[in-house]
Parts: sequence; C-alpha cells; structure tokens
Amino acid sequence: MNITEKILARASGKTKVSPDDVIFANVDKVMVHDVSGPGVIAVFEKLKKTGMKIEKLWAPEKVWVAEDHFVPAADKISAQNVVLLTQFTKEYGIEKHFKYGMGQYGICHTLSHEEAMVLPGEVYVGGDSHTNTTGALGAFAAGLGHTDVAYVLLNGKIWFKVPETIYFKLNGKLPDYVMAKDLILKIIGDIGTDGGAYKTMQFGGSGISEMSVEERLTLTNMTTEAGAKSGIIEPDQKIRDYLAQRGATNYSEVHGDPDAQYEKTYEYEASELDPIVAKPFSPENITVARELSSVSLDKAYIGSCTGAKLEDLRAAAKILKGRKVKIRTEVLPAAISIFRKAMDEGLVKIFMDAGAMVGPPTCGACCGAHMGVLAKDEVCISTTNRNFPGRMGHVESKTYLASPLVAAASAITGKITDPRDIK
Amino acid sequence: MEPFITIKSIATPLDKVNVDTDQIIPKQFLKLVQKTGFGQYLFYDWRYEKDGTEKKDFVLNEPKYKNSKILLARNNFGCGSSREHAAWALLDFGFRAVLSTSFADIFYNNCFKNGILPIKVNEQVLQKLFESRSEIEIDLQKQTIINDDTSISFDIEPHWKKILLEGLDDIAVTLQHNDEISKYEAAQRNSSLGVS
Repeated sequence: MNITEKILARASGKTKVSPDDVIFANVDKVMVHDVSGPGVIAVFEKLKKTGMKIEKLWAPEKVWVAEDHFVPAADKISAQNVVLLTQFTKEYGIEKHFKYGMGQYGICHTLSHEEAMVLPGEVYVGGDSHTNTTGALGAFAAGLGHTDVAYVLLNGKIWFKVPETIYFKLNGKLPDYVMAKDLILKIIGDIGTDGGAYKTMQFGGSGISEMSVEERLTLTNMTTEAGAKSGIIEPDQKIRDYLAQRGATNYSEVHGDPDAQYEKTYEYEASELDPIVAKPFSPENITVARELSSVSLDKAYIGSCTGAKLEDLRAAAKILKGRKVKIRTEVLPAAISIFRKAMDEGLVKIFMDAGAMVGPPTCGACCGAHMGVLAKDEVCISTTNRNFPGRMGHVESKTYLASPLVAAASAITGKITDPRDIK
Repeated sequence: MEPFITIKSIATPLDKVNVDTDQIIPKQFLKLVQKTGFGQYLFYDWRYEKDGTEKKDFVLNEPKYKNSKILLARNNFGCGSSREHAAWALLDFGFRAVLSTSFADIFYNNCFKNGILPIKVNEQVLQKLFESRSEIEIDLQKQTIINDDTSISFDIEPHWKKILLEGLDDIAVTLQHNDEISKYEAAQRNSSLGVS
C-alpha cells in the first residue's frame, strides 16, 4: 500500500485497502473557519428545527477554528459571523479558536502547520477546499462541504472512497529563482484542472527531499487546483524537525510500502524548470514568465496560504531589497507568527522601504472579498492559487498566478518579469 | 429534504467548461448564514447587469428556462472553493439535477447532501442533450434519462440513491441510531480499552 492507503486503512481499522474501496474512517482533526463555521451552524439549526437535539460535539478537543476569510471584520455581517463563531465555540467547548487581535491567528491552512494542529499519519478534514495543504506533513488531508463537516463534528467519522494516487517525482534540486510554485503550476498545466479529480497527488524524489517544509506545502496546497481529493508527501527528518520546533513530537508516522502502487507516475527534472505564470482565467493556463514580459500590471499581491509563508516573504524580500516598487504592492503574511518572524528578520522593513504596503493576515483579497480587491480592468500578479473570472475583485479584472520571486520582480518593473532578469 | 423520484423538465444548457463555485455563487454571498434564499444570487455576475437588471443573453434569463429543473453543464463543473452555498443556490433556484461529463469532488458530494442529483454522462450523450429542444425525464428508481424517446441509463452509488429517493439527510440517517451510539459510548467509557 502507498502512504494514503495505509493511513486510510489504519483509520478504518482494516489491514488492507485498495483504490475505490469505500471505507468509514475515524477522523483525528477537524477545522472550520468563518465561512464554513456559520455554514455548519446553519446545518445544525436546520437539524434542530426537525426536533433533533445537538448537545455536544463528538470531541471538542479535536476541533479547531480559524478566523481568516472576512477578518479583520470586513463589514457588519462579517463582524456578526465572528460573534456567531465565538458563541459556537463557547457553547460546544472548543478551546482552540484562533481569534484575530488576540495573539496568534491567521489563515487556517497556515495555522495547521505553524501551530502543528495536524500531525503525520492523521486523517484531517476541514471546511475549506485547500485543506489538502496540510498533507505535506504526511497526513491525509481533505476538504469537505458544510454538511459533511457538521456530520464529522457530531460523529467523528466520515466515509471516503480510497483514491487512486498519482505520483509526481522531482529529480534534483530546484535551480535558483525557481520555486515550488513554478513546479505545481507546471504540473497543473500538464494534467489540467481536473487531472487530479478524486485522486491523491503524491510528491517525492530527490528534489522533494531537498525542498523545505514550507515549499512542500505550496505543492500540496495547489493540488486542489487540479481537482485532487488530497495531496501528500511522506514525512522525513525535515518534517520531524519542523514539528519538534513547534512542540509536537508524539505521533505515529505512516510510510508507503516498498511495493506501493500508483496509478501513474510523472517525472520532472528540476534543472529543466523555469519560472512559470498562470494566465487568466485558469491555473492550467500556464506559460514561462519571460513570454509575458509585455504584460503591464496594476498590482502585485504577496499573500495567502499559498504564497505568504515565511520563505515566500524571504524570497520576495530578496528581490525587493534596496529597490522600489513601480505598482501597488501588498504584502500580507499568512499568520501573525510569520508576521512577527518577518519583522524580526528585517523583512517588513525591506518591504516598507520598497514602498509596499504590509497588512494583517487574511484571505480577504485572495478571494476578492475585501482588503484590497481589484477594480474593473485592473491586472494583478499574485502569489495566490486561483485566477477565475472575478476571483480577486471585479469580474473584468485579471489575475496572473506566480511565485513570490516573480511577483516581487514584477512589482519592481510594473510588468511580468522573470526574477533572473532583475539586474 | 424533498424526495427525488422522477423529474421531467426542459433542461437549461450552460455551455461552459470548468465552471467554478465562485461563478455559481460569488464570495459576497458567503456571509449569509441560512441555507435558503441563495437562488436569487445563482450565477450572479453572469446573470445581472450592474444596475441589477437581467442580462438578456444569459441562458438562465431566457423565459423558456424559468421553470427548468435540470442543468446541463460541461466538464469539471463545480471546481474551486468548497462552499456548499453553490449547491444551496442551485437547489433554491429550482434545479434538482445537474448533468455533466465530470464534476469536482467536493461539489459532487455537496449535491447529494442537499437533494440534488448530479449525473455523469459521456460526451456523446451530453452533446445530444445539449442539442435537444425537448423535455428530459429523469427516473432515479430506474436510473434512466429519457429524451426524444431514447432511454439512457446512468450509474449512482446505492447509498446516494437511497438518500435521494427517500429524501433523507445524511446526519439524520446516522442519528436514527442515536440510542445504539449512546449505549456503545457508555460501554466504551466503562471498558478498560476505552481511549478517551
């Protein structure tokens, strides 16, 4: 069995599972945020109207809550939803509620690793499609709809059809100026936005071993854009060290067997990869950054669970140091802990000296909700994960997806720029 | 939920691939905390002009589709965000079935949770339905799609079929076993093997 099959077998009390088996898995962790939380509450309310009593959750200590999409509260309704979420966590005794303005908070997927909320070998589900992100720690991580999350909150179990796994092997270390974002965009371009539909996308090979934990998280994060059920990477010493730094040492890792089966294997030579950009209006619509050097921009956005981890900020700062931005540039670290580290390392000063705006963690602009949305006809280069019509603001705005290096280089020139061309 | 037995209706042809849930229900409507009333916002940016009037060239606004219960969609329908509001909006608008060559996974499951039947058909069948002008009848018990005197069968997991035919709710199904669950939990607490 491969790692995904072994995790799902263990979670369902079976010795062996195979792709397409339907299993009933015990869930280890569940996450809701300020969109899926109120959605779950709506499901609970509807159930209560049918006469059902909902007095307790299956295991409040395994549930955690993030405020990220519409915070800092974008308007009155968003503010009310945060109140609703707070009442919910109080009523059901959920202690791990990361509230904005009270110490650590941030984008749910970022907290999942920054706070070691999820551990290797676990089954983790969340009310958000990018829940896949956390699979980089060696967990089975998948997004669910609100009804499914409500179900897990009450029962602690959920059924899965064991997915086939597609294996992506990266040979060699990524060259300078090429990041995990470039690799995952290349992969999505190759297999399409439904190329991973109901499958697990697993990453491995010497290039992944060389890759830092945060970079690996960029890969699994965007498996969602290929339609994947989950993304996963086998845990190694880097993962153990990363989690140990966050106080987590007690878990039971799962690794694939030597004869693990994969539906298909794709191989990539790291040395052959270039900085990649996905053009509007699909993440699969890729080309090399250099081909787009005539595209004029209005804004560069360095934010989100995909592209505002500490290393993403370091990459952007490497380019922005001692230079000035030519277009509106917004940097929003993905969690308060990352914001603080960026300050301590002097990255925030570099951004501000360059003229960029630095803001609090939020999903706001990434999903076009608030805190920096795009106007009609505006063009943005962004370290985020989606570029559907209207995704980051007006339905006639345009978003190009790229790595933090490409976004920062483009911020300096005002046009889409390969970071290797910055003199 | 309202059981799904058979439906017969003209089908609304939405001729676009990779329709994501941002298009089905834009982000500004995610803040609402009830499950109903989302139909008016379905495909909002495609459906309305800036002043709120209906766009004449969008298929949902054509009078003949006003009471349509079936949506014909192209490949990878429902991709992107996991927002269940997408299923809520389709249902609230009046759609009970969506036919496509493929669906995004989370959206596909969300449909069943809300009494919508998503049916996967092959490219040829879908194309024929897109070109048809006549009503389509879907019989869930028999697992057939009938159009222009042709009957096409479709697959569905037995569990989902039961849920839809009986109008059941996934949580309600489990909580029918509440007594057994409570007894089991009590036994576990008293057992030395209990892990909690």
